[in-house]
Amino acid sequence: MSDSVITEPAPDAVDVVEDHPAEHAGDDHGHDDHAHGGHHSSLGLSNNKLAMWLFLGSECLLFGGLISTYMLYRNRHSAELGPDQLWDIPFTSASSFVLLTSSLTMVLAVSAANRKDLRNTKIFLGVTALLGGLFVAGQIYEFTTFYREGLGFTTSLFSSSFFTLTGFHGVHVSIGIIMLVATIGMIQKDKISGDKAEAVEMVGLYWHFVDIVWIIIFTLVYLIPA
Amino acid sequence: MTDTLETTTAHDDKHDNHHGPTDKQFIAIFFFLAAITAVEVLVSYIDIGPAFLPVLLGLMIVKFFTVVWYFMHIKFDHQLFGRLFYIGLGLAVAVYVAMLSTFQFFAG
Amino acid sequence: MAIIERPAETPDARPAGTAQAPTAATNYGYLRRPVETTGWRSWAFTVDHKKIGIMYGAVAMFFFIIGGLEAGLIRLQLAGPDGTILSADKYNQMFTMHATTMVFLFVMPMAAAFANYFIPLQIGARDVAFPRLNALSLWVFVFGGVFLNTSWFLGGGADGGWFMYAPNSSVPFSPTNGVDFWALGLQITGIASLVGAINLIVTVLNMRAPGMSMMKMPIFTWMAFVVQMLLLFAIPVITVALFLLMFQRSFGATFFSVEAGADPLLWQHLFWIFGHPEVYILVLPSFGIISEVLPVFSKKPLFGYPFVVFSGAAIGFVGWGVWAHHMFASGLGPVSVAVFSVATMAIAVPTGVKIINWTLTMWGGKLKFTTAMLFAVGLIVQFTIGGLSGVTHAVAPSDTQQTDTYYIVAHFHYVIFGGAVLGLFSGFYYWWPKIFGKLLSEGWGKWNFWLMIAGMNLTFGPMHIIGLQGQPRRMYVWTEFRAGEGFFNLGFWNLVATIGTFILAVGVLLFLVNIWITHRPGSKTPPAPADPWDARSLEWITSSPPKEYNFARTPQVSELDEFFHRKYEDVGEGDSHEYVQRMTGEEVIQHEEDNADPNIHLPAPSYWPMVLAFSLPIMAYGVIYNTLLIVAGGAIAVMAMFGWALEPADAEQSDYDPTDDGGETSKELANV
Repeated sequence: MSDSVITEPAPDAVDVVEDHPAEHAGDDHGHDDHAHGGHHSSLGLSNNKLAMWLFLGSECLLFGGLISTYMLYRNRHSAELGPDQLWDIPFTSASSFVLLTSSLTMVLAVSAANRKDLRNTKIFLGVTALLGGLFVAGQIYEFTTFYREGLGFTTSLFSSSFFTLTGFHGVHVSIGIIMLVATIGMIQKDKISGDKAEAVEMVGLYWHFVDIVWIIIFTLVYLIPA
Repeated sequence: MTDTLETTTAHDDKHDNHHGPTDKQFIAIFFFLAAITAVEVLVSYIDIGPAFLPVLLGLMIVKFFTVVWYFMHIKFDHQLFGRLFYIGLGLAVAVYVAMLSTFQFFAG
Repeated sequence: MAIIERPAETPDARPAGTAQAPTAATNYGYLRRPVETTGWRSWAFTVDHKKIGIMYGAVAMFFFIIGGLEAGLIRLQLAGPDGTILSADKYNQMFTMHATTMVFLFVMPMAAAFANYFIPLQIGARDVAFPRLNALSLWVFVFGGVFLNTSWFLGGGADGGWFMYAPNSSVPFSPTNGVDFWALGLQITGIASLVGAINLIVTVLNMRAPGMSMMKMPIFTWMAFVVQMLLLFAIPVITVALFLLMFQRSFGATFFSVEAGADPLLWQHLFWIFGHPEVYILVLPSFGIISEVLPVFSKKPLFGYPFVVFSGAAIGFVGWGVWAHHMFASGLGPVSVAVFSVATMAIAVPTGVKIINWTLTMWGGKLKFTTAMLFAVGLIVQFTIGGLSGVTHAVAPSDTQQTDTYYIVAHFHYVIFGGAVLGLFSGFYYWWPKIFGKLLSEGWGKWNFWLMIAGMNLTFGPMHIIGLQGQPRRMYVWTEFRAGEGFFNLGFWNLVATIGTFILAVGVLLFLVNIWITHRPGSKTPPAPADPWDARSLEWITSSPPKEYNFARTPQVSELDEFFHRKYEDVGEGDSHEYVQRMTGEEVIQHEEDNADPNIHLPAPSYWPMVLAFSLPIMAYGVIYNTLLIVAGGAIAVMAMFGWALEPADAEQSDYDPTDDGGETSKELANV
C-alpha cells in the first residue's frame, strides 16, 4: 500500500466538521472534499452547533412543563402568601436587567472570538459570568427573603411550583456560569481542540436560551400577577 | 460565501445578512430590549385596563424573538438550526396550551 | 488495504520508538487512556458504535428475560382462582416492574441497539457524530437499569403501575422506596435516551455519504430518525413529571395531593404527553426493520417509499396530539374527549398507509419465507389485529367500557409484542450474519417463530374476551364466583392465557438456543457470506462482521437501494424495469476494498463516559438514602465532565507497531 506516512493529523469526523462550516457554504447535498477518510458533512454544518440547537429545542419542552405546572397552580396559596404580598418588582426588574446585560456581553464575547481576539473574548466571558453570578445572588436573596416571610418550598402549591420553576432556571444559570468559567480556563490553557469561536458560540447559545426562559418567567410569574 | 451560512472567520463591521449584526448593532439591540423591559415594568404598575395582558404578552414575545433572532443568530444562520428549535418551541406551546385548556385555564 | 491510525498499545503508554510526545502528557486523568483492542477493556471503553450496539442488545435481551419472568409470575398467579403465588402487594410490584422493564429496559434499548449498529452503516459513515456520548448513553442505560432493579432487594419494586398515577404514587399509598427507584431509574435512563437522540439526529443529518439525500436514505434509518426526534421532545416531559413526583415523595411537595388543592390529572397529562409519543418510539423502529426485510425477501423495492417515509413522519407528528385518549375516563369533559377521540382516529390513517405499502411490496414479488421474513409478515398480521382493537378504543364511548379492562391489555400487547417485538426478531434474523458473521439456523428459527406466534395469540387473544367479560386490569386474584357462568368463562380464558405464556416462553427460549447452537464452540455453522440475502442497502457493502472502520472507502451514493443498483442494472425500456445482475455482492465489496482510502482515522476509546455514567446511580442512591452520596456522585460527575472535556477527541497522532492479532483489524504502519 502507499508508503506515505500519515502527515497531518487527520481529524476524525467530529473535528473535521467543526473546521468546515465556512467552506461548505450553501451546500445542501453531500460532497467529498478530501481524498482521505471520506470526511465531509452532508449539510456543511457543525455537528456541535446542531447538537446544541437540538438540545435547546428539547429544553423548550422541559421549561414548558415547569411553566405550565406553575400556571396551573399559581393561585393555590393562602391569602397572605401570594404574589401580591411577596413580589418585589423593582428588585426582580433589576435582576432581569442584569441577566439581559449578560446576554449582551455574551454576544460581544462571541464576536470577539470570531475576530480571534482571545483577550477580549475572555474578558467578555468573565463579565458574563460575573453578571450571571450577580443574577443568581439576586435570586438567592429573593428566595431567602420569601422564606423568611413564610414562603417555604412546601408551603403551598404555588410556592412549590414557583420554587421548582425558578430553581430549575437558577440551576441552569449556574451550570452556564460554570461553562463560562471553564471556557475561559480552556482558552487560557489552549485546551480547546477545534474551533474556539465555535465553543464560545455554543456556550453563548445556551446562555441566551437561559435568558429567554427568564424573559418568559419574568412576565408570566412576576409582572402579570402584580 | 452564500447568504445562508454564518462563517467563523475574522472579519467585518458591516451588517449584512451574511454575518449578523456588528458589535454596535448588538449594543443598540440591547438598549431596545432594555427599553422594552422598562415599558413592561411600567405597564405592570399603571392601569391600562384590559389591554394589560395582551400588551405584556406581546412585549414578552418581542423580547423573546429579538434575542432568538439576533443574539442567538437564528436569522443569519442556516435555516435548519431555526427549524429544529422552532419544532421544539412549537410543540411545547401547542401541547402545554392544550393541556392547560383541559384544565379550563383559559376559560375564566 | 486501509490503514488505521490508532494510539499505541504498549503497557506504559509510550509508543516504542515514537518521536511523539508521551501519552501521559496529554492525559489529564491519572490513568492512561485505554487503548486495548482486545479483551474486556476493548468493550468497556469502546466508542465504536458497533460494539456499543451489541452491548445495548445483549443487556436489553437480559432485561427481556427478566420482564418475561415477571410476566410468567403474573400469569401463574392468574392461572386459576384464588391464586396464592403472589400476594396483592407483590402482584402490584410484578406488573409494574414487568411493564417498566419491557418498555424502558428491553424494547427501547433493543431498538437503540439496531439504531446504533446500523444507522452509521446505512448512511455510509464510520461512526456516529459523538462517539463518546454514544458510549455514555450505553453505560447510563446499563447503570440505570441495574439501579432500578436493585429496588427488588431494597424494600420492593415499584408498585404503582407503569404509568404510576398520582396520588397513588405518593408516600402514603406507596410507602416503600420502590417508586423512588422507579422515578430515579427512569430519570437516569431518560438521560441515556436524550443524549442518544441528539447523537443520532446529528449523525443522520450531517454524516450521510456523498450523494445520499434524505430521500435516498434506507427506510430503517428514516424511521429511527423519526424516533430520535420523538425522544428528543418527549423525554423532557416525563422528566418534569418525574421531578414533580420526586419532590412530592422526597421533599414533601404537594403537587399531586388533592387535600392541598392539587389536581392529580396534572400527572396524567404530563405522563401521557410523553407516553403517547413513547408508544410510537416503541413501534417505529420495528416498522423500519420490516420495511427493510420485506423488499429483500420479495425481491422487490419497498412500495411507495416516499409514502412510507411521510407516514412515519406523520405518525410522529400527529402522535403528539392524541395523548388524552389514555384519559377518556378521567373526567376531562366532553369537549376534550371529543377532540382527542377524533385525533386518535386520524392517526390510524398513516399506519394504514404503511400496512398497504408493505402488502403491496409483497404483492407480485418472489417471496422467500426465511425466518426474518416470517417475523416481518407476522408483524403485519399481528399489529393489524392490535390496531383494530386500537380503533375501537378511539371511539370514546366504547373506550369507556374497555378502559382499565383486559381488553386494553390485549390491545397493547398485540401492538407491542406483535408489532415492536416481532419486528425486532425479524431484525435479529436478518442482520445476525452481518453483525456476528454467522447465519442463525433457519430450522430452529422457524420453530422459534411459530411457537412465538402460537404463544402470543394464545396469551393475548383471550384477553380481548375476558376484558369484555369484565375482568379489570391489575387485579391480583380472581374467584370462581366472579368468573362467571359457562365453560368459556373468565377462568377458562385465564388458564388458556397462562398456557399461552409458557408456549411463548419456550418460543423465546428457542431463540436463545438458536444463538447457542450457532455460536457454541464446535459449532458446525460456517461463516456467513457478506451478502447472504442479496440485500439492497448500504450496510451490506461491508464484510460480515464489518471491519472496525466499516467501509474501505466512503461509498458514493447515487440512488435509493444503492447496493442493489450496483449489483443489478436496469435494462428495461421506458417504464418497465428489468434487472440483470452485473456484479455479486462480494464483487461490489471487493471493488470498494481495491479502492480503499489510504488513511482512516477512528475516534479513540475513553473511560470518561463510564465514569460519568457511574456517578448517576450514586447520586440517585443519595436521594433515597443519604445526601452525602449526592455530593459524592456530583463530584464524580463534575470531575468526569472535566476529564472528558480536556481529553482530546482523538488520540494523539502516532505511528505504532503492528498488532498481534494477525492483522485482522488493520494493517498498521511500522514505526517511523
